[in-house]
Amino acid sequence: MNILVCISSVPDTTSKINFTENDSKFDENGIQFVINPYDEFGLTKAVMLKEQNGAKVTAIIVGESSVEPVIRKALAIGADQAVRINMKPLDSFSTAKEISNYVSENPFDLIIAGKESSDYNGGAVPGIIADMLNIPFVNACNGLEIEGNEVTLNREIDGGIEKIKASLPIIIGGQKGLVEESELRIPNMRGIMTARSKPLNIVEANNPMTMSKSIQFEKPAAKGECKMVSSDNIDQLVNMLQNEAKVI
Amino acid sequence: MSILVYAESWEGRFRKSTYEAASYANQLANDLDTDLIAVSFGNIDESELSKLGEYGVSKIFSYSNVTKSDNNNASILLAKHAEDSKAIIFANTFSAKMIAPRLSSKLKAGLLSNVISTILNTENFTFQRQSFSSKAIEKVSVSTEKVIITISPNAFEIKNSTTNCVITKNDANFENQFTVIGSETNTGKISLSEAEIVISAGRGLKGPENWGMIEELAELLNAATACSKPVSDIGWRPHSEHVGQTGKAVAPNLYIAVGISGAIQHLAGVNSSKVMVAINTDPEAAFFKAADYGVIGDAFDVVPKLIEEIKKIKN
Repeated sequence: MNILVCISSVPDTTSKINFTENDSKFDENGIQFVINPYDEFGLTKAVMLKEQNGAKVTAIIVGESSVEPVIRKALAIGADQAVRINMKPLDSFSTAKEISNYVSENPFDLIIAGKESSDYNGGAVPGIIADMLNIPFVNACNGLEIEGNEVTLNREIDGGIEKIKASLPIIIGGQKGLVEESELRIPNMRGIMTARSKPLNIVEANNPMTMSKSIQFEKPAAKGECKMVSSDNIDQLVNMLQNEAKVI
Repeated sequence: MSILVYAESWEGRFRKSTYEAASYANQLANDLDTDLIAVSFGNIDESELSKLGEYGVSKIFSYSNVTKSDNNNASILLAKHAEDSKAIIFANTFSAKMIAPRLSSKLKAGLLSNVISTILNTENFTFQRQSFSSKAIEKVSVSTEKVIITISPNAFEIKNSTTNCVITKNDANFENQFTVIGSETNTGKISLSEAEIVISAGRGLKGPENWGMIEELAELLNAATACSKPVSDIGWRPHSEHVGQTGKAVAPNLYIAVGISGAIQHLAGVNSSKVMVAINTDPEAAFFKAADYGVIGDAFDVVPKLIEEIKKIKN
């Protein structure tokens, strides 16, 4: 089985966010980039499927050469090979278009992406790929079992889960539950060493059209001072929530 | 020309987020001087469908035998009805997140998710959206002829605007790309993404057996319950309750955080809440810098008192 894992390079979740060039661009200065947390669940799931049933796992990233440490980390965690499409990802549509072009020429049975990236939170790339390739799509996927050509999936819905049966090929937008937090793999020394010799293919982009464009960023307005209430006067807190904030 | 709103239903009923999307779409239809039409999937009776007329919808196309999970067919039907539409509006629900990207591909229309503003520039479809897990507000524009928008929950008011509404019921016979074989839902619970009040608790509660008081408080306030990442990681609470950067983003009117220190990743998922209350034993907890109201104290002392005081005002 051939599994493709789509990786996005995002700022570490502890990063403080700043903008540059008149607040028109994200300031990458001093930022540590990591594998998008949602993609990490999918990558680990792919490696586990490989260990259980045998599979070839390819990690793909759309980005300039600066994202290579992130895709190398995917190799260190257990992907067999990596592909970097050499283009700055400008919007969801052009990113999805590049990945679907690659998959049209190099078919996969299972494509795993994250349900969204933790930077721009667009959540659109896997769904657009699904449509371009005309394959089934399950988002917010938090469970996946494969038997032969049949896939059983869970997806999160409001207040619960929905169970779905489908046939390969399929694309999912993954999240926690695909594997547990405790099952996430941390690259060990051997993984890091072998990652250096695993193939990383660089594919030139077709530079497809973009549909949306960032113009400017701002930070949410700062909150006022926190009003402290003594734990002996909870009646005051309730009074303020009812009459001042008017939220209860 | 028209504006199209996807009117999502749950077991035959529309919910708050559907009316938020309809009200938002109606505003946009007024701004662009055009009509508002709607498409819905699933078995919904006429009286429920006609409720959309109270929010400015003049035509509804209802497909009873298509499910919202079936995102491919849902997007095919929406694309058909959106032929003359300038904008297609969704509430940002689990189903919308599957259907909207497919529609974007089919219509070659730019998709903006988590939108929190009305239209800022009608010439090039400029809007504001939440970005960087609510740590930033991003102004974006779309260069395509049509735009697809998913709006953030609880960001827009529901506004009445009664219109004469024509209902058209259709059947569609498509092959599904997959089969839904079942679902498990906790129906008694209030949906976390739509809740107006959220009571959230963290490691300060010391163990899963102590959540009774959190649930009692939530029930009193008609609130949803949530938790911090460490609590869901160690299995005290289900993953679906985890709010924060790698869990769910919520934006209720009131967010009460009990025994949660306020890590940057947690705050990212909750700081769109209108009012936040932090209850923590540690006076240095980061949450006190983000909250509107704070109580330094032990959850086991403060929460029961809070329950008593709320009972007083509810009676």
